[in-house]
Parts: sequence; structure tokens; C-alpha cells
Amino acid sequence: MASSTTGFVRHRRSKRAIATFSVFEADLLRSLAAQLVELLHNESAVLKTERDPLEALLDFSGPTTEPEDPVLRRLFPNAYRDDGEAASEFRRFTEGELRDGKSRAAGTIIDVLEEAGLPAEPTDDGISIDVELDEATALVWLRSLTDLRLALGTRLEVEEGDEEYWYSLPDEDPRLQAHHIYEWLGFLQETLVHALR
Amino acid sequence: MTTASPEKVDPGVQKDLTPDEITLADTPWVTLVWNDPVNLMSYVTFVFQKHFGYGKKKAEKLMMEVHEDGRSVVSTGTREEMERDVQAMHEYGLWATLSKAE
Repeated sequence: MASSTTGFVRHRRSKRAIATFSVFEADLLRSLAAQLVELLHNESAVLKTERDPLEALLDFSGPTTEPEDPVLRRLFPNAYRDDGEAASEFRRFTEGELRDGKSRAAGTIIDVLEEAGLPAEPTDDGISIDVELDEATALVWLRSLTDLRLALGTRLEVEEGDEEYWYSLPDEDPRLQAHHIYEWLGFLQETLVHALR
Repeated sequence: MTTASPEKVDPGVQKDLTPDEITLADTPWVTLVWNDPVNLMSYVTFVFQKHFGYGKKKAEKLMMEVHEDGRSVVSTGTREEMERDVQAMHEYGLWATLSKAE
């Protein structure tokens, strides 16, 4: 799959980052972004666990405990390693905003692909999806591609230097297929970083 | 537990502080970025250049420290400044924490 695209290149005159996706690739990217949006809204950003009822009523702000989902824990790590109280405070003031930002960024990927002509119900009829990102939008894509890779990498339990393991899996293993997608996202991101330099 | 001081507060330097206490009060905070198996080296370098305004050389050096030593101090300042940096790093998907400088 990775070979079917050249990733992003910088357009010399407009300075924009441009890429051409097959309908299949664009649809895949859209569905991953949509899953991320869903995950970000899924596990409530508001604390639900037992606590003093009055305190809970008076607290309209964000969560204070680490998310349960490992992907969300990676996206919103504790800001203090050895100070639980400070970590809770930090989380309360930042996690809601961070979630919204990441959700909007994934939404931008979806919007750009659809504005570039990706149909709601794609039938692979050989059309290609050309995207053109100005610098600000390219930055949003970069951040969201990171989130998608963190999500997939966390689910797959990717580790440093584990390539051998992935190559040893049989072709039909769905984990291997997911890992191909993970690598493809990395390739896209790498080309986008270079297109922005 | 604390109460507001009834005495007039001298806004100047308190002369009775020992050098140790002064150092303690001035101890800066640091933002640490930790290694993770997912983020691309090129992207981490890019983020350090973009967010901190570091030159390519410095950004690459910090990225290599993260990669090889498992972590690197990427900025130093007040606690509030470091909280903003950590939040920005989390926006970029980097794994960052803050702590008092050692």
C-alpha cells in the first residue's frame, strides 16, 4: 500500500504541501480520523468516579484522573511524574482543551479529504484525491497524524526496534495489516515534515 | 495551614534569607521530553524548532538525547512557563513532564 503513493511533496511555487491519494487510501485515512474523534468523545472527559457529592456538584471543570483507555493515557499523559496532586490539577485545566484540539484536528483531515472529492460512499472507480495544504493546515495534519500513529501504535503495543517481530507474522495476520497501516501513516508524516522544511 | 500576615510586607529582598533559601526560591523548573517508540525523529526535531524556536542543530541534539538517553531537558523557566510548554508538547503528541530543576 505504501508504494502506491509518493506521500507529500512541497509545491515549488505555492509552497503548499501536496499529495495524491487513491480513494482507498483517502477513505482509510478518513475512517481512522473518525475513529479518533469517536474515541476522544467516548470516554467522558468529566470525572465520573465516586467522590464527595457536593464537591462533584461544584466542580464544572475537567477530569483529574488518568483516562482508563491506554490510547487516551498516551495522548494525555501525566504532566508530573511524582506529584499526583499537581498532575490532577494540570489535567483538570488542560485535558478538555487538549481533547477538543485533537478532535478538531482529526476533523480537519476528514474535511480536507471530503473537500478534495472523497465521496461519502466511495466506490473505487480509479479517481484520485488531490490534497493541497497551506502551512497552517499542514501543521494540523502533522499533529493529527501523530495522534493517529500514537493510537495505532499503542493498540499494537509497538516497541522500539521490533521490526523483526512484525515481519515474522504471517501475511494474513490482521495485526500485520494494521502494522502496515501504522507504517504508512509514518511514511506520510515523514514526507509531510520534509515538505514543511 | 497559613494566614495572611498582619505585618507590613517588605516587597524588597528579605535580608534574613540564607543563601540556601534564596537558591531554593529561585530554583527553576524544567520541561522533560521522554522517549517513546512511536514518534519520528524528524518530527520531534521539527517540533523543537517550531515550538521553542531552536535552530536545527540544537533541536537535533535534544532529539538525539531523548532518543539515546530516554529523556532530555528541552526548556527551563518558571513553573507556569513549563506547564505551558508541557501542554504544547502534549498537543504535538510528545510525552512531556515538568519538574523542579535538579
